[in-house]
Amino acid sequence: MRIVAENLNFTYNKKSKFAVDALKDVSLTIEEGSFFGIIGHTGSGKSTFIQHLNGLIPVENGRLTVGDIDLSGKQKEVKKRYKELRAKVGMVFQYPEYQLFAETVFEDVAFGYRNFFPDAQPDEVKTAVFGALSLLGLGAEYLDKSPLDLSGGQKRRVAIAGVLVSNPEVLVLDEPVAGLDPAGKNELMALLHKLHDSKRVKTIVIVSHDMDEVCENCTDVAVFSEGQIVFKGKPEEVFKNVEQMNDLRLGVPVTSFLTDELKKIGVDIDTDFTQKDFIEKIASHYKNNK
Amino acid sequence: MQAIEFKNVSFSYGSEDGRSEVLKNFSLTIKQGSFVALLGRNGSGKSTCAKLINGLLIPNEGTVTVFGMSTAEKDNLFEIRKRAGMVFQNPDNQQIASIVEDDVAFGPENIGLDREEIKKRIDFALKVTGTEGFRDSQVARLSGGQKQRVAIAGAIAISPDILILDESTSMLDPKGRQEVMHVVRTLNKEKGMTVIDITHYMDEAVEADEVLILGDGVVKAQGSPDEIFAKKDIIAECGLELPRSAKIAESLKKAGLPLGDGILTKESLSERLCELLRKI
Ligand SMILES: Nc1ncnc2c1ncn2[C@@H]1O[C@H](COP(=O)(O)OP(=O)(O)OP(=O)(O)O)[C@@H](O)[C@H]1O
Ligand SMILES: Nc1ncnc2c1ncn2[C@@H]1O[C@H](COP(=O)(O)OP(=O)(O)O)[C@@H](O)[C@H]1O
Ligand SMILES: [Mg+2]
Ligand SMILES: [Mg+2]
Repeated sequence: MRIVAENLNFTYNKKSKFAVDALKDVSLTIEEGSFFGIIGHTGSGKSTFIQHLNGLIPVENGRLTVGDIDLSGKQKEVKKRYKELRAKVGMVFQYPEYQLFAETVFEDVAFGYRNFFPDAQPDEVKTAVFGALSLLGLGAEYLDKSPLDLSGGQKRRVAIAGVLVSNPEVLVLDEPVAGLDPAGKNELMALLHKLHDSKRVKTIVIVSHDMDEVCENCTDVAVFSEGQIVFKGKPEEVFKNVEQMNDLRLGVPVTSFLTDELKKIGVDIDTDFTQKDFIEKIASHYKNNK
Repeated sequence: MQAIEFKNVSFSYGSEDGRSEVLKNFSLTIKQGSFVALLGRNGSGKSTCAKLINGLLIPNEGTVTVFGMSTAEKDNLFEIRKRAGMVFQNPDNQQIASIVEDDVAFGPENIGLDREEIKKRIDFALKVTGTEGFRDSQVARLSGGQKQRVAIAGAIAISPDILILDESTSMLDPKGRQEVMHVVRTLNKEKGMTVIDITHYMDEAVEADEVLILGDGVVKAQGSPDEIFAKKDIIAECGLELPRSAKIAESLKKAGLPLGDGILTKESLSERLCELLRKI
């Protein structure tokens, strides 16, 4: 399922003096199979954009298609397909664990399933819930626990399981690791990769403020600034623009910063800025020249 | 006088279901004017500590004192909260008024400052947090990061003697985090404001004077960033990690580059790397 946005515009509080142009002519294609990073300064329009992807914000102006669903068609027609759309495009909000409400982990995740398949038999629900939890590394011992008794990282995974349970093809996560401790962060990123590699979720879209994380994990990046997309491409292309990325309030990954500093003293390193590649290239440069 | 003292503090949230203690016979002193980074895994008790400091929670055993005032004395609470300002983890829990300016004004009004002074404080707080442009906006209609900035402005406007930031920059863009840290550092240097920065960003902890690691209900380690990040076993055991540049430096050293010890920032890594590669 491919996502194509063409000249998408969106204004909050239209016609009032508080009108804010949150998206201005945003055009972006998210290919099936990508692990897409959305970055941009505070208030640049990232959350507004991703909320369009499952119809939480209706298309006001411009075109947006998600697979064969045209979200920019007649609103009456589009609304009929919201349920189908939302089962296919799972959305995980910032701090999703604040929305856990059930008494047990099982019930919380089951709610996510029944929401889309209200007629499901208990056995079917169980299978789906077990499946989603185990994908997130949570075994049967968690089923009857209260979400309140879990650590922050575990709660976050339960919340994500509640979205994964309906089998979405696309998973969109708004700052999925914000607020997690480093160990929890690394675990969650590894889990997202597992879901992606095994094609259990075909496409992953994350919003992040961590340039190193985006560079390590994403296949493609789009940079938002003041409601517009200013760069899009592979991380190694985008993060070459050190000065511009600084001006955009984002900066670059440490590897890109170092590559740029080395260039200034005449040492040219050709790297894709992933840590592994950077370290290999530096090490071989050192060995060959010393 | 010490800014904050925990003496043999034990704390647990309700005992109905026998949940274990969050803090166990926990002692800690924070000197006035210091800039402390408080680290620890999710659920280790960082936010609990913060709430014990400003008297939102009271210890089951032991005492917490702020500038010598015990949080267990109800009569002290107003004074303690005036002197220890706190920015919560989730800005939605912090918001008081619906318009940004009123929200930031709440603190200074509450402590009974005169109009002139209140205005000065608001202007300053909005300016240093980059939220001047949102003065008349509704807080509910701001983005996550913008709300976080407003929450920080509200705390700065009180001009507290102690500022506790509980993961208050988690939704800011990288420049925004730097800006907030810069403002807070300036207030720390110029006004002697004591700062406790609860964070999961190791790169931020490196900037502190002192780093504290919470784990298993006690202080697992306390020391300068250099000292703390040299204790690799404790770092791993407590679910933390080295700052990014330190990690890269470690890998480069393993690959045979003699970069030396003590690299914690990208600046120091760049300096050593350039020096080494320039010579060859
Ligand atoms: N409900 C709303 N009503 C009015 N304006 C809004 C609303 N939500 C967001 N905005 C405005 O729209 C713009 C884009 O906001 P958005 O939430 O998309 O930003 P963001 O890139 O996700 O930021 P952050 O990194 O801080 O989460 C901002 O100027 C913001 O103030
Ligand atoms: N209001 C509460 N009621 C019951 N338990 C709580 C409450 N707040 C926190 N806890 C529990 O106390 C422990 C410490 O939590 P907290 O101080 O929030 O940790 P941190 O801020 O380090 O992530 C955790 O086990 C958490 O689940
Ligand atoms: Mg957002
Ligand atoms: Mg906390």
